[in-house]
Parts: sequence; C-alpha cells; structure tokens
Amino acid sequence: MDLKLDHISHHYGHTHVLDDISLTVKRGEIVCFIGPSGCGKSTLLRFVGGLEKPASGQVLQVGEPPAASLNPLTYIFQDFALLPWRSVEGNIALALEDHKLPKAEQRAIIADVLRRTNLSDFAKALPKQLSGGMKQRVAIARALSVRPAVMLMDEPLSALDSQTRDLLMDDLIELWTRQPFTACYVTHNLAEAVRLGHRIVVLSRRPGRIREIVQIDMPLAERKEHIAELEIKQRHLWDLMREEARAADRELADV
Amino acid sequence: MSDTAMTNLNLRNKTTKQASGSEPTGSGGHVRPVPFRGGGFVYRPVRFVGPLVFIALLAIWEAGTRSGLISPLVLPTPAESWQAFVNLAKSGMLWKHVAASSERLFIGWTIGTVLGIAAGLMIGLFSIARSGLQPLVSALFPIPKIALLPLFVIWFGIDEGSKNATLIFGTFFPTVISTYAGVDNVDRTLIRMGQSFGLSWTSIVRKIVIPGAMPAILSGFRISSSIAIVLLVAAEMIGAEFGVGAYVLMAGSLMATDQLIAGVAILSVMGLIIAWAIGLAEKYLLRWRT
Repeated sequence: MDLKLDHISHHYGHTHVLDDISLTVKRGEIVCFIGPSGCGKSTLLRFVGGLEKPASGQVLQVGEPPAASLNPLTYIFQDFALLPWRSVEGNIALALEDHKLPKAEQRAIIADVLRRTNLSDFAKALPKQLSGGMKQRVAIARALSVRPAVMLMDEPLSALDSQTRDLLMDDLIELWTRQPFTACYVTHNLAEAVRLGHRIVVLSRRPGRIREIVQIDMPLAERKEHIAELEIKQRHLWDLMREEARAADRELADV
Repeated sequence: MSDTAMTNLNLRNKTTKQASGSEPTGSGGHVRPVPFRGGGFVYRPVRFVGPLVFIALLAIWEAGTRSGLISPLVLPTPAESWQAFVNLAKSGMLWKHVAASSERLFIGWTIGTVLGIAAGLMIGLFSIARSGLQPLVSALFPIPKIALLPLFVIWFGIDEGSKNATLIFGTFFPTVISTYAGVDNVDRTLIRMGQSFGLSWTSIVRKIVIPGAMPAILSGFRISSSIAIVLLVAAEMIGAEFGVGAYVLMAGSLMATDQLIAGVAILSVMGLIIAWAIGLAEKYLLRWRT
C-alpha cells in the first residue's frame, strides 16, 4: 500500500499552517519530514493517520493494505502514550483486544513483538519501572503487533537522551533491515533524518510548504559507517533550514 | 566529542597544577568548605509524634478536669467518657447504634456515589450533558443539605427514606464534580493513542478514560465519605431510634456530656476506618502511579 498526499492545506482560525503539500510515500520507504518548529509537520502526520482533517486536500491510500494488517496506519508518539496502569504486555494487548483474535494468537503476537524488540524479560513490568528508551521500545512493539502497513512516527526519539536515541536508532534500522516497513517519520533532528530517511522532505516555516525533497540512496544498514557522507547531506539540510529556523524562533506565539 | 575530550584534559591539567601548588591560588590561599544551604522544605515522616500529641492532649484534659481547673459540668474527664463507652458496649446498645449508622452510611453513600460517578462520566464525555448539567450541579452543590432535611421528611417520610435521601443528595454532588474533573484530566494523548489504534468508543472509555479518572474519583471518595458522616448525624437527629447521631442527640438533651463525648469519639473512629479503607483501595487501584 502506498500513501498519496494530495494538495493538503490547513489553517487554524486565521493561521495558515500547511500550504499545498503533495507527496507519495511508497511501500517499504521511510520518508522523514523536517522543518522549523511550528511548520505543521506533526499536524501533517495527524492528517495522514486520520486523527485530524485537513481544511482542503486529502490523504489517499493507494492499493489495499496487506490482509493481515490489523491497523494499517499506526502511530508511534513522542511521549510514548503507554497506559501507566497496564503492564508491558497489557499495553500491547490493548491494541489487539478489539480485534477479537483467539487468545492463543494474541499471546503469540505479543510474544513475537516482545522478542523482536528485546523486551521478553519485561513483559510484566509497569511503565513506571521502565526508562524512556524502554518505554519507546514498548510503543514500537505495540505498533508492530497490529502489523501496520505504514508507521507514523511523531518525533519518536525526541523525548530521549542522545545515547538512548542512538541505541533506538540502531534498533529501528535493524528492524527495517530484517523486514522493511513503510514509515512517515517526523523529526527536528537532522542526524536522525539522514540516518533513517530514504527521502527527507524539508518543510518551510509556517505556512509549511515543501521546500525540497532530499533523496539518500545509501542503504540504511551501511549509513553508520559512512558518517562523513551523511554529514554533507546533513549540512545541506541545515543550510536549507537555518534562516527559516531563526525566523521561526523569533516568531511570537499567536494565542 | 573531541571538544569535550579537550575540556576534560584542560581541567585535569588545572587540577594537577593546583594540587602541586606551583600556581598561586586566587585569594590568599584560605581553604574552607562550601557552606551548606540546601536543607529544609522537605517533609520527612517523624514516627510517634502523631500519637504523642494525641496522648498529651488527653493527659492535659484528664489533669485539668481532675484538678478542678475545668469544671466537670463543662467537660467530663476522659476516664468518665471511656466509662460511658464501656457502659454502652455492655448494655449491647453500642452495636445497635453503630449497625444502624453503618447501614445508613453504606446505603446512602453507595447510591450517591454510583449515581454521582454515572452523572460525572456523562458530563465528562458528552458535550450536551455538560452544557445541561454543569450549571445545575454548580447551583445545587452549595445548598446545605441539612436545610433540606425537613423537606426530605415530607417527601420521603420520617423513616429511612429521608435519611437515605439526605446522604444520597449530599454525596452525589462532590462525586459528580470529582469524576468529571478526573475525566477532564485524562491525558489526551492516551485517548488519541486509543483512537489511532482503532479502539471502539466503549473500549476507550472503559480502558483509558475510567482508569485515568480513577485517582480523582478516589480522592472524591474521601470528601464524600466525610460529608456522609456529617449528614448522617444530622439526619439521625430527626426521628431515629437507633444510630450514633440519635445517641449523641439524646446524650446532649440529657446533658450527659460523658456519653456525648463517647458518641463523638465513635463517629471519629468510623471516619478513621473509612479513610483507612479508602487508603487501601488507593494503594491497590493506583499502584501504577509513580
């Protein structure tokens, strides 16, 4: 299943946040969205997942999602969004319970995603016992459990310290290498974008427009060894953004 | 990366230099520890102080009444009050009073709470219920329910009906308010998460909203249970044969201050037991809290 963003524009009251965004996200591809704060990148992701409606334009699913997919468009949130009163496996079960799977199958899925995210030993732990990195791994496991066609990741590593961020980035790359998934990945961290993105969509400041789409052909698994080449891409991205970021930073909030 | 390494190196150089004493220190070489100024403003439980205050108060009271500083007409000695309590227990009436009061408390508080949670959830979940009921709740909550007691007697009879109605009415409103405040405070990102996984509306309410509102609902229980005890006594002062409130009222009209104190102490213990039970419920239901 591909995703097609078709002339999406949006405004809150009189504030234009997004202007005419058109883009196709292809199967098995990670598309990163970067832009200065307030450029509407998180809003765009909410449109893609159907949590909010754009003022004009639409998001189209091209082709059918795989039959096994329980929740084709699945989010990973910045602040993890785990239920604090449920254990690790309970949080994953939450995503499955409404699908009326046989108990044994549900258990098997949970065991499988816990194994894939190296969480098997933590199945009974409560979120309050886990570090930020582990919490986000649980959220990733929960997202994997519903076999998404597209993962919608809203700054998934931004709430973590930089070492944990590096570890999780490696985890994500490993997950993708073993079984490629499609993802829209919103971030403000350029290093994440060049490590994880097959294509990087640079948005301008409000109202967000597509300024440039940067393609990186290097396979994800090899990127760790070619930091210098990525550095050039990253500098290019920063050159595109610097002035905009400065201007956005100096903007008064409109509330 | 290389930057931090450099600074570390610089720092190390400085410290070695200072330690060797080759570099003169800034201000005269006087060495003293940095004064500590970070203490206080932290609550640390101090054991035994609570009971000690209680015992000291009782001792002052006993000494005051024995020495004649406090007239026995004004206040009985703690020992006399204890004797009144023992007499009550021996006569077998203690159980009857406590049972009658507990039953009223249980019935009134349970019904009021169940209705209150239901109404609070409605207000929290449905805009139309909020617009319709919130002003009503704001208008009716501050009414002293004791003032309505005569009206309740006319409406529901002098027997259990009016007493139950008073308690139901009194516990209903604080529960409504704490419940919808709890629903309002449920983390919106959790609800968004539920929606993003395609959970049904009932699943979101049952698995996300209600557990999320639980802390507020339980702290509402503390308030509504104290209100229930206050109203219980007021209600039992009108046409009740048994009940701690009736016992206190009777003691008061006979000027039997020792019995009055004993009755009030029973109410206090009932309140303590309820608070303890709610504490247990919180510990169990909210063990996920940090």
